[in-house]
This record gives sequence, structure tokens and C-alpha cells, in this order.
Amino acid sequence: MSVMEQDSAGAPARASLMNDPKARGIFYQLVLIVALVTLGYVIVTNTIANLERQNIASGWEFFGNTAGFGIIQALAPYSETSSYGQALLVGFLNTVLVAAVGIICATVIGFIVGVARLSNNWVINRLAYCYVELIRNIPLLLQIFFWYFAVLRAVPQKREKWSFLFDTFHLNIAGFRGPKPIWEPGSSWIGYALIIGIVASYFVSRWAHKRQDATGQQFPVFWTTVGLVVGLPVLTYLVTGMPMHLEHPVFNETGPILQRGFELNKGFNLIPEFLALTAALSIYTASFIAEIVRAGIQAVSHGQTEAAHPLGLRNGPTLRLVIIPQAMRVIIPPLTSQYLNLTKNSSLAVAIAFPDLVSVGGTVLNQTGQAIEIIGIWMAVYLSLSLITSAFMNWYNQRMALVER
Amino acid sequence: MATTDLFHIRTEEAPRLPAPVSTTGVIGWMRQHLFSSIGNTILTVIGILLAYSILSPLVEFALINAVWTGENREACLPQDGGHSGACWAYVKAYLPQFIYGRYPTDEIWRVNIVYVLFVLLLVPLAIPSAPFKKANAILFLAAFPIVAYFLLTGLVIGSWVILPIVETAVWGGLLVTLVIAVTGIVASLPLGIALALGRRSKMPIIRLVSIIFIEFWRGVPLITVLFMSSVMLPLFLPEGVTFDKLLRVLIGVTLFSAAYMAEVVRGGLQAIPKGQYEGAMALGLRFWPMMYLVVLPQALKLVIPGIVNTFIGLFKDTTLVLIVGMFDLLGQIQSSFTDPTWSTPSQGHTGYLFAAMVFWCFCFGMSRYSIFMEKKLHTGHKR
Repeated sequence: MSVMEQDSAGAPARASLMNDPKARGIFYQLVLIVALVTLGYVIVTNTIANLERQNIASGWEFFGNTAGFGIIQALAPYSETSSYGQALLVGFLNTVLVAAVGIICATVIGFIVGVARLSNNWVINRLAYCYVELIRNIPLLLQIFFWYFAVLRAVPQKREKWSFLFDTFHLNIAGFRGPKPIWEPGSSWIGYALIIGIVASYFVSRWAHKRQDATGQQFPVFWTTVGLVVGLPVLTYLVTGMPMHLEHPVFNETGPILQRGFELNKGFNLIPEFLALTAALSIYTASFIAEIVRAGIQAVSHGQTEAAHPLGLRNGPTLRLVIIPQAMRVIIPPLTSQYLNLTKNSSLAVAIAFPDLVSVGGTVLNQTGQAIEIIGIWMAVYLSLSLITSAFMNWYNQRMALVER
Repeated sequence: MATTDLFHIRTEEAPRLPAPVSTTGVIGWMRQHLFSSIGNTILTVIGILLAYSILSPLVEFALINAVWTGENREACLPQDGGHSGACWAYVKAYLPQFIYGRYPTDEIWRVNIVYVLFVLLLVPLAIPSAPFKKANAILFLAAFPIVAYFLLTGLVIGSWVILPIVETAVWGGLLVTLVIAVTGIVASLPLGIALALGRRSKMPIIRLVSIIFIEFWRGVPLITVLFMSSVMLPLFLPEGVTFDKLLRVLIGVTLFSAAYMAEVVRGGLQAIPKGQYEGAMALGLRFWPMMYLVVLPQALKLVIPGIVNTFIGLFKDTTLVLIVGMFDLLGQIQSSFTDPTWSTPSQGHTGYLFAAMVFWCFCFGMSRYSIFMEKKLHTGHKR
């Protein structure tokens, strides 16, 4: 080092290379790279050796092999002769289904409870507070067990049922049954009508908005939207000669004892695992969403309400046009992470054997022993779901963000 | 001009009347908070009905119909066809298992010492005004884990058995829950700090590696991490090297919570004004002394509530280990359901209710503490 300091007599002495932050930075990074590469190399060689020793195949050939196990709820065609790849696909679709239903339910419950938490009404306020503090301090897995083993085991056995809403929906230990729509030829027009209704109502609301900006005249957007989105499909349904009917579940109360109960494949059936999982996930996540909503609404200063009232806005429009748009800015980022949490937590399905991606993957893992591939699929799927959700939410957040001068 | 006769001028103050009954006291409060409008009244009635419909079966189950003493299932069976209540006698009989798992009865005193040490060290650490914070923290974070490790697993030097070895396979119940949660937090703290510093580093590769690490672990569910640590980790090791099952789970949990911890610490680092860094550098401090003496003490103090919240999350998530075949509190309760001695219709409900109460007490207590710290820390930073 001392050589370097003396090399050119006239120039100021250069600091030692060791004290140069840039050089040290490069050195540390090199050390990190070397360490990581070594670690990776050791892991890969060990893994290859272990796999060979245990006679476990690697690669993706097992995807085409016959799975040989049944899945109690499949959104895609699946039977026991289907391949492992199809089984994993069915599991993935179930994960998406649980996540989507859970997110919708959790959002609805969470917003209701969050607003209730700010209510002037003491009883409602306390109830919401107790809900939040009770639910979010109890492990989710325990709540899933509670819903599955305690609540859904207390419902009637296979040969009995509870019915709701004029005998339309039924609940027993085999699940929740209701009428299923059967689409006949020609029913696609109803779908087209629905799409046309949605598109038309979008343009109507845009036109109404512009007209209000220009002339101040208001237009009943809400009722027009209802008319277009609900009315148009109903009208099409009647005009095309009612090409759809409801298939009600069939319940045999008499006859041989083994044939009593619901007939298979009549009406739709939600299996108890699905019910328990979605109920627990929605209720658990809703308690976190409620706190987010409360904090978001409280973050909008009271001056906003006080300024909205003299402008002639009543309570409803104040909430809709002034408070909520501003609260949403505070709410959306943490809400996104709650949605992600719910999606990740849906993997707890494995505890009650609901066939989601982790549960089906676990079965495949046990049968094939290909741990690396299966765990790789899990991680890739959840990571990409996470990234997609956060990308979408970032986009939404940017749209909602405050446009500053 | 007798004008004075035309006017009546009050010369003394009128007696003060009390406020209308309808605006004060209980009635006023009720009018304001319960029955201020028709809608509000309806809400109140619905709310009361809802609360009643939830609370009355719960109280009936947990208190009124409950069975408090008994030797076996006979005591807890529903009497003459009625609904049975909670079987607390079963919880009482199983309590040692719920707390210690299948830890050998003769050695339970070791677990008790660890529990007592834990409380004795944690309580003064958690009270902001208690003295000797630094010594206390060192004892808790460095000395206590070593002592606890030898107390719990055993200590054998050569052929001289000081404390008999207790396999981790027989650990269970609250012991496992606490060991996983506390080790997870204590071990993930230094790793999380390192990752947070790495993510804020100016060196691109270190930053990139930190970001990938953090986002990867935050993006996957804990259950896949647990599967990975129990199925995949053995594949990564050279032949002949095996890890204890508990240790494998601990590694997974630590890496997982380190990512969350890193984000919490990063929040604290971001809250430290740039002047603190510049001041430290102007004093001639290099990177690590600057971090150790100036930045981290302030940043970590700021994120104590965040750390406590991470701990609450981890404490709840420890229940997941039952899926990979370990017996934490919930797993132990779940496995006790197979015991025919106490098999009654209400056994499951009782067990879950007990687990819920234990977890709730821990988590609620910690969240109150986190709120308390947040309020306390807030005062110093108000501008």
C-alpha cells in the first residue's frame, strides 16, 4: 500500500485502496457473489447426489403420468385416470376460486365492520370493536378448524337437511346445495345482452357525467345502469323463449335407507371444506380490512366534510364523492397486502383436505417423491399471483393517487 | 315619565335550571348514542339481538352447562338427552400436556425454569422505565437462548450426564409454540437488520440480492416454506448429515420472518432523517460504527411496535407446524381428541375454545403492548 502513496511525487497522496469506498464496495459484492455461487454449487451437487441415491426421478415427465386419486371438487374436467398435470391444474383453479370468493366476501364484511367501527351508535360500534379484536387475535388455522370441525359437523347428517329461503337452498353435512342454472341452446343471447348492457351503461354514465359538467343537469345514472345490466338480459330471456331453467337439488326422504339424501349431480353443491375455508378466510381477513378502512376514513380530515356541506352536498353524496375517494388512497396499499395475505393463507386448505394447489401438490409429492418440482410449482404460482395482484393494485393506486400540481 | 313601570328589568340572575333530562345522564347518553334516529334505533335493536344470539349460547356452553370436575368422559356426557356444555375437566386433565407436550415428567422443572427465566428477563425489558436495559437485552438475546437450549435439550459432557437429553420429538404444546415463535423473532432480528441495510445499500448486487430474498419469502405462503424445510432441506445436505425436525422448522420460520422483519426495520431506517447520517459521517464514523452507534438505536426504537406486530403474526402462524407433523399447542389439543377416555360430543368444542382463549390472551396482550409503545414513542417525535 505504501508504494502506491509514493508513486507520483507531485500529485497528492492517494488514499489506500482499502479506504476507497468504491473498491471496498466491489470487493464486498465479489465476496457475496462467490459465497452465493459456492452455496448454490454445494446445494445442487448435494441434491443431485441425494436424488440419485434415493432413486428419485427429476424433471417434468411425471406431469403426464396417471394420477389415480380422486378430487372432491374440480372446476376442470378431472377423473382418477387424469394426469398429475391435470390434477395440479384443478388444484390451482380451486386456489383461485377460494381466493376470489374470499377476497369478495372479506372486502364486503371488512368495509361494513370498518364503517360500523366509526358509527355513533354505541352498540354497533362496540360490536364491531369486539369482532375485530376477537377475530384477529386468534390463529387462522384454529378458525378453519372451528368452522370445519365444530360448526359444519353440527349440521344435519346426510339423510336430513336444513332448508332456507322457501326450500331453495339446503345445508347438511355433505355441503350447501342450491339450484343450478341449466343453459339451453339460444341462451348465449342472454350473455351477449349482459355484455351489451354493461358496455352501454358505461357509455351512458360517461355521457351523463359530461353533460352534468357542461350543463349542470343530472341524469338518473343508477337506475339506467340497473335497467341496462339487469333489465336487458331479463328481457332477452323472455324474448328468446326462456332458454334456461333451474335444476333443483333432489332430496329423497323415503326409499331404501342408503338412497336417502341428496341425489348426486343435481343442482350445485358447495362442499363443506370449501365453505369452512372461505368462511374462515373471509372473516379473518375482514377483521384486518375493517381496521384499514377505519384508519382510511379517519385519515380524511373533518374539514372535508365541513367544506362539503356548505357546497350543498348531503351526507350520502359527501361520503360518496368527497370522503371515500380520499380515503381509498390511504386504504388501497394496505388492502392490497391483505388480499395477498388471503391468497397465501388459502394454502391452509391442506389442513382440512380441501383440494387446493398445496393440498393436491402434497398428494402428488407423496406419490412421486419429486419434492423439488412440486415445491417449485407452489412457489412459482404463489409468487406470480403475488406479483400480478400487486401490479394490478399498483396500477389502480396510480389511477387513484392524488394528482399534484 | 314613569318609564320604569313599563319594563320589567330583572335585577338578579334567574335561577339556573338543570339541563333537560333528555340530554343528560343515562337517558341523554342513550338518546344520543342509541336512539338518535329511527334508523339508529333499528340498528341498536339488531345489534343487541345479534350480541344476544352469539353470547347466550356461548355463556350457556362455557359456563352454565359446563362440567368443571370429573375423572373421565362419563362426567361430561350430556345428561338426559340435553345439550352438553364445555368439558373443562378434560382440559384440566390434559393441561400438563398442553403446556409441556410429552416432555418427561421428571424433567419438567427444566421447562419451568426456562419459562420463569423468560418472564423475568422479558418483563423488565418490556417496561420502558426499568433500569439496566442494555445488560438486560444482552442477557435476553444472547445468554438466555444458550441457557434455554441446554436446559431444554440436555447437557452431556463426555460420559458425564449433567442434564439427561430430551429429544425434541417429545416436546409439545405451548413449549413448542413459544420456542418457535421466540426463536423465530430473536434469530430473524439480526438477519432482518442485515437485509434491511442491504436493501438500502448503494452497492447494486447487494441490494439486488436483498430485494430478491425479501420479496421471495414475502411472496410465498408459510406452509410451503414449512414443507420446503421439512422435505427439501434434507436433500440439500450432504449424505449423512441430518437435522432435527424442530431445527428444520426453525430455519424455515427464521428465514420467513427475517423477510418481514427486514421490511419493518427498513421502515424505521427510512424514518431517520438524513442529518443523522451526515452528522455521524462528519464526526468521522465509518459505516458500521455509524449504524451501530447512531442510526440503528434510533431506528429500532421506532419500530418496536412493528416488531411486536410481526411477533404476533408469527405467534399465530406457529400453529401451521401441525401440518408438517409437529405438536404445538393447537396440534397437541387436536391430537388429544383421539383419546377415548375423554371422547364426548363437546370435547372438540371445548378444546378449540381453550386454544382460542390461550392464543387470544397472548395476542391481545401483545397488541395492547404494541399500542402502548406506539403512544409512548410518538410523543418524542411530534413536531
